[in-house]
Formats: sequence, structure tokens, C-alpha cells
Amino acid sequence: MVTKEKLIDFNSVWEYSPAPESTDHVKLDDKYDLFINGEFVSPKSRKYFWTENPATGKKIAKVAEASKADVNSAVKAARTAYDKYWSKMPASERSKYIFRIARIMQERSRELSVIESLDGGKPIRESRDVDIPLASAHFFYYAGWADKLDYAFPGRKTRALGVAGQIIPWNFPLLMAAWKIAPALATGNTVVLKPAETTPLTAMKLAEIIQEADLPPGVVNIIPGAGETGKAIVNHPGLDKIAFTGSTVVGKYIQKTLAGTGKKYSLELGGKAANIIFEEADLDQAVEGIINAIFFNQGHVCCAGSRLLIQEGIADEIINKLKNRMETLIIGDPLDKNTDIGAINSKAQLKRINELVSAGIDEGGTIYQPTCALPKSGYWFKPTLFTDVSQSHRIVQEEIFGPVLAIQTFRTVDEAIEKANNTPYGLSGGVWTDKGSKVFKVTKQINAGVIWANTFNKFDPTSPFGGYKESGMGREGGLHGLLPYVELI
Amino acid sequence: MKKRLEVLKTYKIYIGGKFPRTESGRYYLLEGKNKKPLANICRGSRKDFRNSVVAARKAFSGWSGRTAYNRGQILYRIAEMLEGRREQFVSELILQGDSAAKAEKEVNISIDRFIYYAGWSDKYIQLFSSVNPVASPHFNFSVPEPTGVVTMIAPEESGLLGLISVIAPVIVGGNTCVVLASHSKPLCAVSFAEVLHSSDVPGGVVNMLTGFRSELLDNFSTHMDVNAVIYCGDDKKEGKRVMENSSLNVKRPHIINTKDWTKEKAQDPYQILDTQEIKTTWHPIGI
Repeated sequence: MVTKEKLIDFNSVWEYSPAPESTDHVKLDDKYDLFINGEFVSPKSRKYFWTENPATGKKIAKVAEASKADVNSAVKAARTAYDKYWSKMPASERSKYIFRIARIMQERSRELSVIESLDGGKPIRESRDVDIPLASAHFFYYAGWADKLDYAFPGRKTRALGVAGQIIPWNFPLLMAAWKIAPALATGNTVVLKPAETTPLTAMKLAEIIQEADLPPGVVNIIPGAGETGKAIVNHPGLDKIAFTGSTVVGKYIQKTLAGTGKKYSLELGGKAANIIFEEADLDQAVEGIINAIFFNQGHVCCAGSRLLIQEGIADEIINKLKNRMETLIIGDPLDKNTDIGAINSKAQLKRINELVSAGIDEGGTIYQPTCALPKSGYWFKPTLFTDVSQSHRIVQEEIFGPVLAIQTFRTVDEAIEKANNTPYGLSGGVWTDKGSKVFKVTKQINAGVIWANTFNKFDPTSPFGGYKESGMGREGGLHGLLPYVELI
Repeated sequence: MKKRLEVLKTYKIYIGGKFPRTESGRYYLLEGKNKKPLANICRGSRKDFRNSVVAARKAFSGWSGRTAYNRGQILYRIAEMLEGRREQFVSELILQGDSAAKAEKEVNISIDRFIYYAGWSDKYIQLFSSVNPVASPHFNFSVPEPTGVVTMIAPEESGLLGLISVIAPVIVGGNTCVVLASHSKPLCAVSFAEVLHSSDVPGGVVNMLTGFRSELLDNFSTHMDVNAVIYCGDDKKEGKRVMENSSLNVKRPHIINTKDWTKEKAQDPYQILDTQEIKTTWHPIGI
């Protein structure tokens, strides 16, 4: 504590007192069932799985696992809801339902934030300031589109596709549910959504909210499960569209499986974004940007700036600044408001990160990690830098999906662009420079769907998001995010 | 008096701005009415295709980097060159079995279709772009950019108009392409390549192969340096195969099953959008 008598001591470390977010206002059940046709029903499979808190390894609740038969019930409910209610309703009424969802999410945002951090391990600062507000904003944005679709695509009108099957990942559980459900509903589709098996709780809370908003039964169905459930959704003949966010491997499987079925699909897959720092950039700002690009949400971000490209002349300076900054990062309890880096989402993900980091060391990379201590229980990984790596290293080519940054240098603009584009992915990219004309030259030449110049990892419901090349196809967010859910007529 | 001996044309393929014969040395005989031999058409090979993709990739940065105005001018120039050689195209269509009236009509619409897309070159970006009012101090905008190298299995039944209707929206958007011409009606495709060659279209932007669909379908849809594939036709099995193969590197597959290319509905700015990617750029606003 700083008192008036003492001078501020900048030379020794400041300790932060714990500032945990309270959980007493959060109501969690011991067991969650499937949300089908407006009701919570026990699964035909009779199977439940545990969802745990990755920061402690402790079980939180039992969650129903949807089998093929359950998927079938959900699809049937969604089809009936489409035929009976959703496609018959005036678009302006549809719009009001979606606005309602947005509002209730805002009202319950604190509860949702805490559950998101409990179930997924992300710092409360992020779930409170990013995930949950953006999720409700997404519903608010698309709500307004529902009765304005005639203005969206010049010369054309739109027609809903029907029933959409949606599969979402564990890194932004509620936000991804919003990205999927909001545009689908606004364009007049009904949905069957599968949350990820490690983070189903906020999706089940969203099911409660949808009940509370009094949506017609079956318009939104939420059925947790793992890979098998996802497979049953992808292969279900009663769906008109599949929307998937997840790994490129699974995305390719979905694309192949859907060939010849006439189902529409949109894919938001992996990434290995280059974050390019030019020597005229504001270096301190750039360092903050690099930290945010790779350590935001423990690096569990498909658009993470996981490859850092630094212009040669400033490389040593940037790397030193980065190391200093990493020393100040607070790793620990996701529910503590001071925490910068929370828990790794699951044991399986931690294993994957460890494997790739070992490969980085084996292939000759130089590893750096700060001196921080990690909690004893749960899944944790220190923020990590790699230097002395080149294009052919696995940690430069493969998506790690963890707090691991691979650093390379370059001399010319052309070399930076060449290196940035030397990847099968094309989701995002970053450019740091004080030269306006250079911003436009470089952002234009990076083959990726979202480019952040002098910033990184910013999201907004009005801003389209999605990849080039093996990072997927279709956009989510903004006007362009309507297109994957409509047929143009 | 003895009639002058006609000079016959050798129909070759078009790769990287050059007119080679197929590297495979193979051909197939194209016959006209009463089994009259019309030409020995190159039976393009896998290697010809690969060379074409290399040429198309090489041409991509230059072509996509041209100004929209310049691409529009070049597309207009293509239409001018077509107009100048209209008699040749009409007679080729007649040779392939069309009536004079039908041939005349097809050539007219083909020329007009290029004019149509030429005019879109500096407008589709405005149509499909947006400035996004994000709730933070950032300037944020989204614009379409060309997907990259596009392969096309051109319509079998419409050797000129169908071909032009799929090529024009792809190249006006800054993509480069490799095209497999109609197997049974390949004459106009080769002559069209000659038109492109004299229309300021840089070599490699359009590469034109002739040959067998069944033989090249997999190559057109599996190549790892191809970003999108357009399949024209109604063969369900082939369409499915193209879509399956596309998953290898998340190519954008498009199945086009237009029956009548003369209709106005066969031209459309949303066809340009099919081979575009939306890029969103963020920049902070501040001092």
C-alpha cells in the first residue's frame, strides 16, 4: 500500500492484494439437461458428462450428452418451429424477440461472466469486459436486421435457409453461441446448437434466457456433447445449413461430408497470424499490442498473433521490452480481477501445448518464460516466447492455441509480407507502423480476413470476421455475416 | 479455275501467355457435320494443368494489383477484339453445329456480356464494401478482394457464351484462372484465348486447356495452390467429387448449373462476389 509518507518505490515489485469476483449471486444446478423444443429434457442417451473448472480441476456440474436420437429430436423441433412459428411470423416481431434476448443477457451479464470464467478458465476481466458484453451486443445488432433484410443485398431479396446446425468451440463459449444464433434467427432460420464439451454452462444459461424471453418452442435448441454429437449434427439429413467454428481438420471433414448434400456451410477455422512490427512503430504501444495479440484468453484465440515478425533493427529492443512486460503479467485465479492470464481450458489442450512447445525446443528454438509461479491444481501454462525459429519450424507453421509466441525477424517490407503469407492459414494479421501509407500497402497484401493495424484482437458485431484459405469461408458479423444464412432470390 | 486451298488452323492450348501444344503430345479428333474432321484438339494433361496453375499464380499479384479502372478498360478491350473477329466466332459455332441465326445471337450476347462485366470493374467493390460503425474508437472497413487462382470446368453445351459468362466475373474481380473448355465445342475457346492474347490481358491471367473432363476433374479440384473451383454442369457425381476434393485445402467450390446462358439472369454482380474474400481492416482513431 502506498501511503503519503513514503515515496513510491518503482524498483521493487508491487504486490497486488487478491480481488476475487464473488460467486454468491451465481445459481448453478448440479445437472443440466438438453434444451429441446423450449424445455429441458433428459437425454435419450441417458448419458451425462462432467464439466470442470480448469483452474482447480474440480467438477462443477453434470451435463447431458446428446446422442444421435437426441440430435434427431432437436432437428425435428427446430423444423416444426420453423414451419409453424418462425417463418410465419412478421419479421418485425422476430426482431423484437432477438432484442429481448440481448436485453436479458445484459441484465444477467455479471452472472454470465462469472460462469464463463468458472467453466472455461478465462480471466474475469475478459469475460466481464469482452465476452459477455460483445455477446449481447451481437444479438442487439442482428435483432435490427430481421425486418431490414430487403436492404442488405442490392437487387436481391433474401430467403431463410430453414434449420441450421451450429457447432461452436470452447474458447469464447457464449460469444460464439451469439455469433451463431443471432444472425441465424434474424434471417429467419431456426437452430440446433452444440456447445463445446468443456464449456457448456453459459450455453445452458442462454437456454434459460431464451425460455425467459418466451421464444416459440424449438426456435433455438441447445444440445451439449462432444465429437460424436457434432458428427450426428453434420450428418443429419434434416438440416439445411451447417455453421462450424473450430479446427481446420474438422472443418475439412465437414466440407467433405457435406459434398453433394446441397447443404450450405460456413467454416471459421484455425489461424497462425503474423503480427508485423516495423521500426518506425511506437514501440511501447507495439509491445502492449503483441502481449494482447498472443496472451489474450491464454492464446486460445483462432486469430491470435502467434507469429511475431520484427524488423531487424529493433528486434533486440522489442524482445527485451517484451520480456520485461511478461514479468509483470499476473497468472492465476481466473475470478481475480487482477488476473491477466487464466487457466488453460482443458487437460487435453494443455497436453497439445506441451507437445508443440517440446517440438519447438527439440527443433532448436530458444524458449523464454517469466519467473512467475503457477497454481498447484488445475491446468496452467506460462506465457512463452520462442526465438531462433524459422518458417519450417512446427511452432511457426502449426496452430498452438496457447500462450506461445514464435518470433522471427525481417529486413524489408516485401520480406515481411512474404513471411506473413507463408502459411496455409489466412484468418488475421497485425501491422504496427506510424506511416499511414505503409499501413494500407501492407494490410492490403496480407492474405487474411481481418487485419489490425496498430491494434490487435478487437471485435465488434458490426465488423465481419472470417478467413481466407484454410482458415475457412464465410463471414460472421456485420452485413456480410447475413449472407451465410440466406439464399438470394 | 481451281478453288484456292484453304489454310487450316491448328488449335492449341494457352498457358502463361503462350500457345503451346499439349506437353503430352496427345490429341482428340473433333468432327463436324457428317463426321467431317474439323480439327485435332489438344488432349491436355495433368502436367499442362500444373503448368497453368504456376502461370496463373505468377500472374495473380500483377493482375489483382491493377487498378479497377485498368481492369475495366482491358475487359472492354476484350469485347472490342471479339467484335472485330465476330465472323470467325460465328463460323466456328456453325461448324460445331449451330444454325447461322443461333450462332449470330450467341456471339452478340457474348460480346455484350463482356461489356456488362467491364462496367462492373470499378463498382462491385463499392457495392459489396462496408464501413462498420464499431463501438470503440476505431476506423473499420470491409472490402472484397480476389480469392486467388480459380479453376473452371467450363459449360459443355455453350462453348462460347457459357465460357465467357464464367470467365468474365472471375477476372474482372482480379483473380487469375485455369479453364477447361467444352470437350465437344472447343473451337471458340481456343479462338477466345487468341482474343485475350491481343487484348492487353497479361499472360497467365487466363489459361485455356482443352481435353477430357473425366481425366482432369480431379486435378482441377485437388491442386493445393488453387483457391476456388467452378464446376459447370448437372452431373451430380462429378459435382460431388469436386466438392469433396475441395476440402483438401478448403477451396471454395461453386457448382453452376445454368441451362440457358442467353438469359439476363446469367449475368450478375453476385457471380463476381463468388470468387471474392471479404477483408476487414481496423485502425485506432486518436492523436
